[in-house]
Amino acid sequence: MSENQSHTVKQQRYGFPWKQVIGLLLSLALTFLALWIAIGLALPVTATLTIIVGLAIFQAFIQLFLFMHVTEGTEPVHQLIGILFGIYVAFAVVAGTLWILAYAL
Amino acid sequence: MIESIKSFMGWFFVTGDPMIYGADASIALASIGIVAVLTYFKKWKWLWEEWLTTVDHKKIGIMYIIAALLMLFRGGVDALMMRAQLTLPNLHFLDAEHYNQVFTTHGTIMIIFVAMPFIFGLMNIAVPLQIGARDVAFPFLNALSFWLFFFGAMLFNLSFVIGGSPDAGWSSYAPYAGAEMNPGVGQNYYLIGVQISGIGSLATGINFLVTILKMRAPGMTLFKMPLFTWSILITSVIVVFAFPAFTVALALMSIDRLFGAHFFTIAAGGSPMLWANLFWFWGHPEVYIVLLPVFGIFSEVIATFAHKTLFGYAVMVWSMVAISVLSFITWLHHFFTMGNTAPVNAFFSISTMLIAIPTGVKIFNWLFTLNKGRIQFTTPMLWALAFIPNFTIGGITGVMLAMAPADYQYHNSYFLVAHFHSTLIAGTVFGIFCGLHYWWPKMFGYLLDETKGKWAFWIFMISFNICFMPMYFLGLMGMTRRMYTYPAGLGWTPINVVMTIGAVGMGVGFIIMAYNIVWSAIHGKKDKTGDPWDGRTLEWATSSPAAEYNFAHIPEVSTRDAFEAMKEAERKGEADSKKPYAPIHMPSNTGIPVIMSAFMFVAGFGCVFEWYWMAIPGAIGVIACMIARSFVYDDHHFIPVEDIERTEAATGRLS
Repeated sequence: MSENQSHTVKQQRYGFPWKQVIGLLLSLALTFLALWIAIGLALPVTATLTIIVGLAIFQAFIQLFLFMHVTEGTEPVHQLIGILFGIYVAFAVVAGTLWILAYAL
Repeated sequence: MIESIKSFMGWFFVTGDPMIYGADASIALASIGIVAVLTYFKKWKWLWEEWLTTVDHKKIGIMYIIAALLMLFRGGVDALMMRAQLTLPNLHFLDAEHYNQVFTTHGTIMIIFVAMPFIFGLMNIAVPLQIGARDVAFPFLNALSFWLFFFGAMLFNLSFVIGGSPDAGWSSYAPYAGAEMNPGVGQNYYLIGVQISGIGSLATGINFLVTILKMRAPGMTLFKMPLFTWSILITSVIVVFAFPAFTVALALMSIDRLFGAHFFTIAAGGSPMLWANLFWFWGHPEVYIVLLPVFGIFSEVIATFAHKTLFGYAVMVWSMVAISVLSFITWLHHFFTMGNTAPVNAFFSISTMLIAIPTGVKIFNWLFTLNKGRIQFTTPMLWALAFIPNFTIGGITGVMLAMAPADYQYHNSYFLVAHFHSTLIAGTVFGIFCGLHYWWPKMFGYLLDETKGKWAFWIFMISFNICFMPMYFLGLMGMTRRMYTYPAGLGWTPINVVMTIGAVGMGVGFIIMAYNIVWSAIHGKKDKTGDPWDGRTLEWATSSPAAEYNFAHIPEVSTRDAFEAMKEAERKGEADSKKPYAPIHMPSNTGIPVIMSAFMFVAGFGCVFEWYWMAIPGAIGVIACMIARSFVYDDHHFIPVEDIERTEAATGRLS
């Protein structure tokens, strides 16, 4: 609403984007770590999956906090609804898929 | 050498069918014609500066609609070819392979390159105006979305003449769509073309979500927004959450086909059923992506031409919210017969039936809006009124299909085909035609002719029923979808003949509409007021077509139906005094979106043919465009007060 008026165009100068760079490096590190765990180590399948899922959740938090400004914004209720809906959809697709394909496993 | 070139050409271009050669010739002639006209009238600079580089949401909307109308023509020709083949038993107008390709491209094009872009076009035009904004939140991204869609659609359409069309249906089920059973480039075209345009769709969803949440005029709380804007807000949420599943599914199948992985092949532990599962996890929300916006359009149009405020506004909104939540837990009803356990089928059967409740609530709200209204039967209103009964038939048959045990009878029969055409034509197509006629004056500054519009409406609507009503019975008589011909003596022939007559009638209706567009461009009634329909929402408060900056002053909103309230205040003589103009800040045009999307096309074409010498430079081009964009600081300009005064004076709005 008031954002509509706040089109003040100042060529704001931000400092060096440390947050983003750290986020990028961490994301790359986690991705290659997951790849190495799956391909490089010969762990049991359950162990591999557990570790990879753990790394994925950690990476999701990196996305939320270092790139997606989840702590900023003027209307936190939008963030909350968005995240809750995201969790709902993620639950639907993961739990639903497992349930649906359970007969074939 | 010459022999190898010859064999390459024979494989590269689609050969052997006179209809394809005809298409080759007409594509070549049309391309030469366009280039010649642009060169002769020296319009290249105009095309580049006014359209290809624009970030103006209204122009992007118009380009979306032009592209969608062209695609509708192609999808319609596909439909007519199928109907021609099926009119009589044992025809050989198309062979089985060609028929498979035609129903695949028909479905893919109609959903992904007609319904979605048409809706994106209408929302680009109307949403920023309805919320009193000067553009969308991310104008650059908006242009990029359009060009990604456009080049994705072009890549998909190229399959028709180069390399061969996909033939695994619009749902592209594994294992048939996999590399082993479906060699060649057809399925690659599907995967890559749809993927590229899907990236654009996802970006549009994000863009409009942010626009509606952040750019509303002062005073416009969420529950004072026009209902079309509400429908787009909810649609955007569905786009953002549903499309990633499809992106992943397409990427996995691309990896299967291009690099020999086995996500969807049983051979190395993959699961073909997983494709159906992921496809429909996107596919079912997708039908609400193309339906909820037209619910919004009908709400606007019915309120406007009943000259009443919408009945049950809050209930309408909460119904759409309920539909969006339910839309993510019904996807299995597309494959009840895949062999799932009974509890799974029971759950998804019930969740599907639940969707009928909020939808039914909306139907009754529209009826109560009409109740005691002063109804004006304009062309957009006719489309909206016809939607209610025709769509309800599609909805009711949907509940029939939702019953899992009964679905074992209906599944993949023409009953199903009739059901989804009843919802997608009587819902989406009627809705986009309704919105097209309704917002046409806002787009171009003149009205479409009412008489021709009504002719087109009646012929299309009656023909639609002639085509699809008998189809339900044909399905119950046992004809299944996707069969390219059938023997005589099954009693299907008379119904098929009637259906083909209806299909031709729909084509005639479309041609009348196209003629109406051409005729009205020359003779159409000018809209000098900016408010030709006595509208209720803010898009009618500005001139037609709206100036580059939309509103000289950002309107202040205190109630629903904001423009109706402003007109009421003016009638009472309470109009506020004019404030002085201030320079307006606008985004600047940029060529990066179209160039970046063209690189994406090159990369995509390379991937389709597995020519990585082509795909890798294309991808590097895409990345180079992203880097170039990161260093653009001068991406905006101010419109000086003199220009605003001149523009406002030209439309008689300077007081």
